[in-house]
Amino acid sequence: MAPSVAERLLQRLGQPGAPAGLCSLEAAAQLGVDHQTLVGAVKSLQALGEVIEAEARTATRWELSAEGEEVLRDGSPEVRLFRSIPEEGLPQGEAVKLPGGSLGFSKAMANKWVRLDKGAAGGPRVLRAVPSVQDTVQEHLGQVRAGGSLPERERAELKRRKLLLEVTLKSYWIRKGSAFSTAVARPETELTPEMIATGSWRQLPFKPYNFSSLGLPPNCGHLHPLLKVRSELRQIFLEMGFTEMPTENFVESSFWNFDALFQPQQHPARDQHDTFFLLDPAEAPQLPPGYYSKVKKVHSQGGYGSQGYRYEWKVEEARKNLLRTHTTSASARALFQLARQEKFTPVKYFSIDRVFRNESLDATHLAEFHQVEGLVADRGLTLGHLMGILRQFFTKLGISQLRFKPAYNPYTEPSMEVFSYHEGLKKWVEVGNSGVFRPELLLPMGLPENVSVIAWGLSLERPTMIKYGINNIRELVGHRVNLQMVYDSPMCRLDV
Amino acid sequence: MPTVSVKRELLFQALGRSYTDEEFDELCFEFGLELDEITSEKDIISKEKGEEKAKGASDVVLYKIDVPANRYDLLCLEGLVRGLQVFKERINLPRFEKIIPAEGEGQRLIITEQTAQIRPHAVAAVLRNITFTKDRYDSFIDLQEKLHQNICRKRALVAIGTHDLDTITGPFTYTAKAPSEIKFKPLSQSQEYTASQIMDLYRTDSHLRHYLHLIENKPRYPVIYDSNGVVLSMPPIINGEHSKIRLNTRNVFIECTGTDITKAKIVLDTVVTMFSEYCEKPFTVEAVEVVCPNGKTHIYPELAYRTEKVKPEYINKKVGISESPSSLAKLLTRMCLKSHVTGNGNHIEIEIPPTRADIIHACDIVEDAAIAYGYNNIQMVIPKTYTIANQLPLNKFTELLRVDLAAAGFTEALTFALCSQEDIADKLRTDISATKAVRIANPKTAEFQVARTTLLPGLLKTIAANRKMPLPLKLFEISDVVVKDPNTDVGARNYRHLCAIYYNKSPGFEIIHGLLDRVMQVLEVPPNEENGYTIKAAEG
Repeated sequence: MAPSVAERLLQRLGQPGAPAGLCSLEAAAQLGVDHQTLVGAVKSLQALGEVIEAEARTATRWELSAEGEEVLRDGSPEVRLFRSIPEEGLPQGEAVKLPGGSLGFSKAMANKWVRLDKGAAGGPRVLRAVPSVQDTVQEHLGQVRAGGSLPERERAELKRRKLLLEVTLKSYWIRKGSAFSTAVARPETELTPEMIATGSWRQLPFKPYNFSSLGLPPNCGHLHPLLKVRSELRQIFLEMGFTEMPTENFVESSFWNFDALFQPQQHPARDQHDTFFLLDPAEAPQLPPGYYSKVKKVHSQGGYGSQGYRYEWKVEEARKNLLRTHTTSASARALFQLARQEKFTPVKYFSIDRVFRNESLDATHLAEFHQVEGLVADRGLTLGHLMGILRQFFTKLGISQLRFKPAYNPYTEPSMEVFSYHEGLKKWVEVGNSGVFRPELLLPMGLPENVSVIAWGLSLERPTMIKYGINNIRELVGHRVNLQMVYDSPMCRLDV
Repeated sequence: MPTVSVKRELLFQALGRSYTDEEFDELCFEFGLELDEITSEKDIISKEKGEEKAKGASDVVLYKIDVPANRYDLLCLEGLVRGLQVFKERINLPRFEKIIPAEGEGQRLIITEQTAQIRPHAVAAVLRNITFTKDRYDSFIDLQEKLHQNICRKRALVAIGTHDLDTITGPFTYTAKAPSEIKFKPLSQSQEYTASQIMDLYRTDSHLRHYLHLIENKPRYPVIYDSNGVVLSMPPIINGEHSKIRLNTRNVFIECTGTDITKAKIVLDTVVTMFSEYCEKPFTVEAVEVVCPNGKTHIYPELAYRTEKVKPEYINKKVGISESPSSLAKLLTRMCLKSHVTGNGNHIEIEIPPTRADIIHACDIVEDAAIAYGYNNIQMVIPKTYTIANQLPLNKFTELLRVDLAAAGFTEALTFALCSQEDIADKLRTDISATKAVRIANPKTAEFQVARTTLLPGLLKTIAANRKMPLPLKLFEISDVVVKDPNTDVGARNYRHLCAIYYNKSPGFEIIHGLLDRVMQVLEVPPNEENGYTIKAAEG
């Protein structure tokens, strides 16, 4: 078997009296191989460890372009044109068709080798202006080809004319390494059963692992980042002893979505602009009998210590179906079920599910999003309890600095917005909304008078966008999400 | 939430001191307001129309303050200042007084029965010997606009008209007439138009066109005349030019017409309590007698003071504090709810002023006590409520299954529950009537026509949006679809679906088949006909 390029290179380096280093370009020429082949051999030798040392060098060289080669062979366009013009000259129209063409003509004109007689009979005529010319362009290209150098100005001119090209050459300066040997022993990359069986592994050299490159990515599936946060929030509620409420109806009646929550029928949220109403099924077939007339009464006349809103409550308005605008409608249903128990038992409830708003869409608003809601129903709950449980909840979310702002919600009183200090924005930002459900909401359901319900809500998208550093909600939710983002998203640990 | 914009300098002048922006922000926060933006007219124009247009505009600093939606008494500079000054105990809440003129000397507004079909209610009042300045006048106009946009529900429930009383002569008649019979010169116009012409005139008006639909197709339009036949206004569209109020107007006739009498009274009370401050006898309002079609008369404004009795321990227990009765009364007084302790300290008697229409239950009083105490001064306590947590079985199952699907090499997608009719029908070669889909009445775009009945379109669209990703794409989604169901109370219900999709250059049916087998395996359903699952070719 003929010695490989790598072996021949090593032999050359190992020859007695060989120079201390070799240029890869020269070595390639000496060994009669392509430079690229030699570079391959250098790389493979480097992979063996310290056999050789190779220092990368870059050099620039000037080469003739394809056009440059043509000029070297045939002469420059201007000279070819000049030589083609007969003694008596010829019309301009014909001159540009001569060898050298219009480029040669304009160059020859610029060099004042030819002149144009505009007044000649039969139109402008091209005439020689000097008796003879010298083709310096061709000469210069010849010098470059022969390996000679040119003055900077000439070279720049030829480069501008795209006759010369600057080529960057990568080469190596090769020296013997600390473990130099002329014999190439290819180290093993894999340990095989045979090596173990025969014991040959004891003698064989093994190629070291390359720890600086990445490993092979595993073939795996991925969970969606928003739903990872949903799982984490479910976990937090479960850790706090909260039971999950059923939320399995995106379609809701205005009754449960608004009326049961003591939200008056003229409330702006019940506007077409804010809520998706349904064409089919347009109306809810059933409202809870008995209960709905109590709701009607508390809206239109008051009661339970309330003045009410004193307007004409219309059952048609309550029957109008919509896509729920909040999961508080589901909380109302759950509390109604609780009130129907024979004996009241304290509860802690939560839900996380989709809600819908007929809003204008932008970077932070979509027509659908997920609402997170928690509530506690017990006797003797105070605003202090609400704040206490909010602190526990948000601490688990990794948000510890909280403060509370008075706010207005139609169905809670007192109401408080929850603000947290954002280190990045250097200001307090709203992270949730909360309050104590109004008696006008609880008492018509039949809950005992001394039972209070404290509740809070937030969107799932907002903490997720903060957690994963996403600025546009469309990059997180919906079909336009970038799957690479899903693939790359880290696990959700909110408390670290 | 309504936003009120006030000049900072005027605000500080009225508050009797100045604040740094941070201090004022802090005060707002404590009181339940939000200093939303610090800006100027110049800034606003520059942002909306470019710097070029903003040249020459005022650069007086404006505070934009978000006000809770039920606090109509804070919708203007006058009310904001009063609220904050009382809160800071710098002034007492003024007492509003209704002055009933001697028999035959007061103004009367007669409602005819023709209004019953369109806009049956009207209330009115007079502000006597008022002094306007440019700023006060602007605030007066601005408050009406804020009320129109909020409690008046874009004039549908209530519309306000204010008039220079010295240009008109009572008694006034509120009636409804055919549009062709109404003719007058509307505000800021130079000629008379009939009501029909007025509607055409304002069809392209950026502001007024939003109100035309309120009366447009009615046979009669509401209109108010004075005793000489001068048109005061055609509510809820426009006032007449004749009775327009000006900077030098001294006596203002205010009428509110509407479909909701409770709200009309609140609106009238709000306007007069805010601006009677500038009357010669501050905080007095001259009453107007309103005669209903049935002959009954009412005196407006109501300016009703109501007294509530609340036990101190009720407030303490709801908030989670233990303040003395007198200290609670003091806290409430700071919230414009003048209170004192009665019955050996067993009760607090609270007077609800006409400005606080939002106080409808003792819980509203509790909130005000908590605000005055300071939410952030309340001690946080963890409730002792002992409960055992339960997961919803369907959600627990979903959580387990999605982890198994990801472990099987599929990636979870999250797509919209709303889509176009085409997505779930035509594009899947199904007729929409066969889908039992829930249809949305008022979608803004085709993307929200129906609730999805299948998860497939969302996954296909996810693939279409990710064509640059390396193949294969293996996606799944477990989520709800919605179908009509007449047996539920709302007529529709959700179903939880699983959908998975494999996208590559070769079909790879066996891969989806394999995933199905895997799902069935983890669900312990065997692949057989007797007690397990089989798959069959489907039509289509």
